[in-house]
Formats: sequence, C-alpha cells, structure tokens
Amino acid sequence: MAERFLVGSFSEPGPMLAAVATLRSAGVAIHDVFAPYPVHGLDQAMGIRRSRLPFVTLLAGLGGLCFALVFQYYTAVFDWPLDVGGKPENSTLAFVPVCFELTVLIGGLGTVGAFLLRARLFPGKPEQLPVLGVTNNVFAVVTHAPAGGNEGPLARRIMLENGADEVDEREGES
Amino acid sequence: MSAGGIHTSDPTTGAAPDTLPATRWIEGTPSLHRITSDISRPMEAKPGRGWWICFALASAAVLNLLGMVGYLFAKGIGIWGLNNAVGWAFDITNFVFWIGIGHAGTLISAILLLFRQKWRTSINRSAEAMTIFAVMCAGLFPLIHMGRPWDAFFIFPYFPNQRGPLWVNFRSPLVWDVFAISTYFTISLVFWYLGMIPDLATLRDRAVGGIKKFVFRILSLGWNGSQRTWSRYEIVSLVLAALATPLVLSVHSIVSTDFATSLVPGWHTTIFPPYFVAGAIYSGFGMVLTLLIITRQTMHLERYITVNHLEAMAKVTLLTGSLVGYAYATEFFNAWYSGNVHERFHFINRATGPYAWCFYLMVLCNVLTPQVLWWKRARRSVPLLFVVSILVNVGMWFERFVIIVVGLHRNFLPSAWGMFYPTVFDIGILVGVFGLFFSLFLLFIRALPMIAMWEVKGVSNG
Repeated sequence: MAERFLVGSFSEPGPMLAAVATLRSAGVAIHDVFAPYPVHGLDQAMGIRRSRLPFVTLLAGLGGLCFALVFQYYTAVFDWPLDVGGKPENSTLAFVPVCFELTVLIGGLGTVGAFLLRARLFPGKPEQLPVLGVTNNVFAVVTHAPAGGNEGPLARRIMLENGADEVDEREGES
Repeated sequence: MSAGGIHTSDPTTGAAPDTLPATRWIEGTPSLHRITSDISRPMEAKPGRGWWICFALASAAVLNLLGMVGYLFAKGIGIWGLNNAVGWAFDITNFVFWIGIGHAGTLISAILLLFRQKWRTSINRSAEAMTIFAVMCAGLFPLIHMGRPWDAFFIFPYFPNQRGPLWVNFRSPLVWDVFAISTYFTISLVFWYLGMIPDLATLRDRAVGGIKKFVFRILSLGWNGSQRTWSRYEIVSLVLAALATPLVLSVHSIVSTDFATSLVPGWHTTIFPPYFVAGAIYSGFGMVLTLLIITRQTMHLERYITVNHLEAMAKVTLLTGSLVGYAYATEFFNAWYSGNVHERFHFINRATGPYAWCFYLMVLCNVLTPQVLWWKRARRSVPLLFVVSILVNVGMWFERFVIIVVGLHRNFLPSAWGMFYPTVFDIGILVGVFGLFFSLFLLFIRALPMIAMWEVKGVSNG
C-alpha cells in the first residue's frame, strides 16, 4: 500500500543533523536520511543500531579457517600422503599460511556478500532517490507523514525551521 | 561551511592558535557539486593529446608483449637468457617487483583507514587501482615461466583431477604463494569496487542517458545514499581494512619464503619477510608517487592531490627506504657474524663480483636517494620527488635482480657457476609489462573516478 512521506532537502549537513535530532526528540518517525557521504553523528541522531555484520565476518572467517585446516590435513595425511623431503605428513606449521589466507578470503567475501544482501543492493537495481542530487550535494530527510495526522505538519515546520531548502510530500512504497 | 576542523590564528589580532594548524588536504573550500564536477571531468571530457601519446606508447608496448609471449609459448622459455645455473632471472624478478608495487595501494586503503589518516582520501582510489593492475602484471610471470601455461591450473587443488587423488603440496611456499596472491587480488578487487559504489551512483545520476547510464546503473547496484546503508557500509569497510591489514603484511612475507625456505646462500635468511614487506611498501609508494605526479599535472587535479599528499607519501618512502637500507646492512653483518663460508662468499661476490654494478646501483637508488627526503624542501619539490620516485623503482627492480640472479649464479659448486645475460625477449617482456600496467591505468583514469568523491566530500566538510 502506498504510504505518504515528507522529504526535506538540505544543502548543508549541519542543519540537516540538527533537524534530524529535533525531529526525533519531537517523536516524528524518521524513515531514512539520504546523503552524498556518511555524515558523522547521524547514526546517533537517527538512533541507528551498530551493524552486526562483523559477526558474519567472524563466522565466515572461522569457516574459512576450519575448511583450510581440514582440507590440508585430509589431502596431505589421509587421501594421498606423500613423502616430500622427509617432512611429516601432518606439517601443521606449513599449513598456517593457507589457513590464514582462506580465513581472510572467506571472511572478506562473506562480509561483503552479507552486506549486499542486507542492504538489498544488486546489479541493475533501479535507484530510488527521494530527490535528485542525494548522490551529489543534497541531504534529504524522509519522515513518515500519515494523512490526517499532525506528524506531517510538525515535521514540515521543524525541517523548515532548521534550514531545509525545500519540503515536499510524496507517496511511495516504504 | 566550516573549514574542515582547521584551527588557524586570528589574522586581525594575531592571537596564537589553540592547537597546531591541521594540514589541509584540499586546496580552497570547493562546494560538494564542484568536487563532483572536478573529479568527473576527466571521464566526461575528451582525452587530451598527452593522454593519447601516453596511451599510444603503452599500447605499442602491450602489442610487443603479446607478440613476445606468443613466441615464448611457441618456442619455450629457452628464448630467455636462463640456463642451468640461473634458472630464475628477469621472470621472477618482475614477478616480485610487481607484487611489491601493489603493496602501497593496500597500505593506503586499509592500514591508513584503520589509523584514520585523512590524507588517504584523495589517493586511495588510484593506489588501489594500481594494486590490482600490478598484481595482474605479477601474475603473468609465474604463468609464462611454467613452460606449459595451459596446465597452469594444476597449481590449484581441485577434484576430481586426472592425477588420481594427487593434491598440491601444501608444504611448498610456491603453493602458499598461489593462495596468498589469489586472496590478495580478490580482496583488493572487492575493496576497490566496494569503495567505488557510491561514486558509481553519482556518475549514474550525472549521466544523461545511453550506454553510460546503463553501465553505471548496473555497477552502482541501486545505491541511493541511504544512511542505513552508509552505516553498514562504513562497518564493512573497516572490517575489510582489518582483514586486509595482515594480508598486506602476509603477501610479501609469503613471497619471500619462496627464497627463504631454500638453502641458497643469500636467500636462506630469516630477515626476508619483514625486509621484503618494507621493500614492497617502499617500491609501491615510489610507483604511486610517479603515477600521481603525472596524473595530477595532466588531469589538473592539483586541488585534490596537493603537495601535502606528496609530502606525506615522501615520509613513508623515507621510512621504508631506511628500513630497506638497514636490512641490507643486517644481511652483510649476519653473513660475517654467522661464520658460514658460503654466506660470506655470497656477500663478497655481491659487492665485488661480475654483478657488483647492479648492487651499487641498488644501494645508490634505495639507500642514498631516499635520504634527500629528510629535508622538507625536498619533500615538497614535485620535480625532485618525481626523480626520486623513478630511482626508487629502478633500485627496487635491481634489488630483486641482485637477490635472485647473484644468489644463483655462483652457488655451492664452482663447476655449476654461470652467468645470466638477458636476451631481447627478457627485455621486451619487461618493457611490455610496463606497457600493460600503464595502459590499464590510463584506461582507468578515463573510465572511472580516480579520486574517491564521497571520501573527499567527507574530508572537505570536516
């Protein structure tokens, strides 16, 4: 179902940050904020929780490590034990470099994969920009503005008071 | 707009500043739109004559490379100057050289990110691109050195294979190399691409239509600058940087074990991993300086790649160059102190033998040249830095040549001694790979944003 949103455009990050903080303290539900670069302090102002993606790194990295260890042990000790210069079949120390590399490789790729899935980014996805220029020089604050409620007018007033260049009403899927 | 958190004294009262003035990483205070336009300009305008001349030269070298590698595949590696005494020479020298070149990119993008060094923002994108192209150039050499390049995939463990359940030997540093370099290449490529997604979205929104918009739309993955995505994005960048930091130290350490785990005098030494890593970063910064000095002048990006950036890079070059010089001295000291006759002979031969001129050229370029960077004026002189950066690269190429060829040509048995003389194919392939590297870099600066716009915007606003 189509929902109503209010989109406030700012040309400076400072006023946008102040508007977001005021909106949140006034109890207005902020849908999202769009910016050409990550603005420091915006996460706290919006109340965004710290991402749990590093846990994916930990799990994927441990997976890579275990795979490398088991695979090297299996091939060198069980499947085809080969005498190379009289070295022990289970040369654990010699397995360390490959274990390290696969930890990094699978940990890194797993993290990026999880990020793309979580952020729903995929090749060819049509861009949904609240206003043109959010990837260039515009900061846009998007709040929920249900019809008939007083959230919309309140949010509009706060954004204009904090220096929004423009506040528009839009309809769209959340 | 604030001046990016920069504290300066009040010019009217002359009052002392609270803190030392912070270094400025952008000249002036360009608007966000201006930053986008300035950095997009080289991609949107037609290339100038300078670009075409460079590209023509580089492409000619690539054609030469293709011809020579084709001939190499037809005839075998006997067309090189290799012989029974010196079985590794230009090929492996080039391999180690190019792997080393890549290290500056990862250091700038990963280690400096963890240390929150703002000066990385203008140079990280092109340094990362350089890493990727350098690793591609490096990877070519083990491949063409194999003699049967069509069987190159044997170095990867895969199943089922035609050799029964026979696997690669995981105790061999050459296999570690395969894993180290594949991982390094993959993670560097992912890091580079991930860092570029917001800028690709900027370019998508600037493109008026046609193929450009279509390609950027696919590559930018629907990025729209949402803060929820930015928040996760920054965490992922930090995680990747944390993973890439030990990676940058491990890659050249593992490359050095190709030599250090052997018994050849001059190779069999525990100092190699840190010594190679320092050398790699040193040579990498030499190449970044060369490339950035050329591109900032020809693309008119002096506003973003400032003399302050060049000075910061010169300081890293001085530090790592001095570490390399210290490592050279340690090698000689240990050869004497160990009392091992073979080690002693090797180092006396290195300094007085038939390849002594290579050794002295290496010392001149790697030990003496960077010492000029102790002077601030030298660090801020663009022409001087350019000359230093070229000498660094010459010196580091010769370092690998000295280690490899001088190590092999007079080994334990005098009856097995020999000399290596490069053939036209050795030299042609060396030149051709430089052509490949520069062609890729020249195409990169035309097709993709060579400065990370979003990162520069973040720095410009403090």
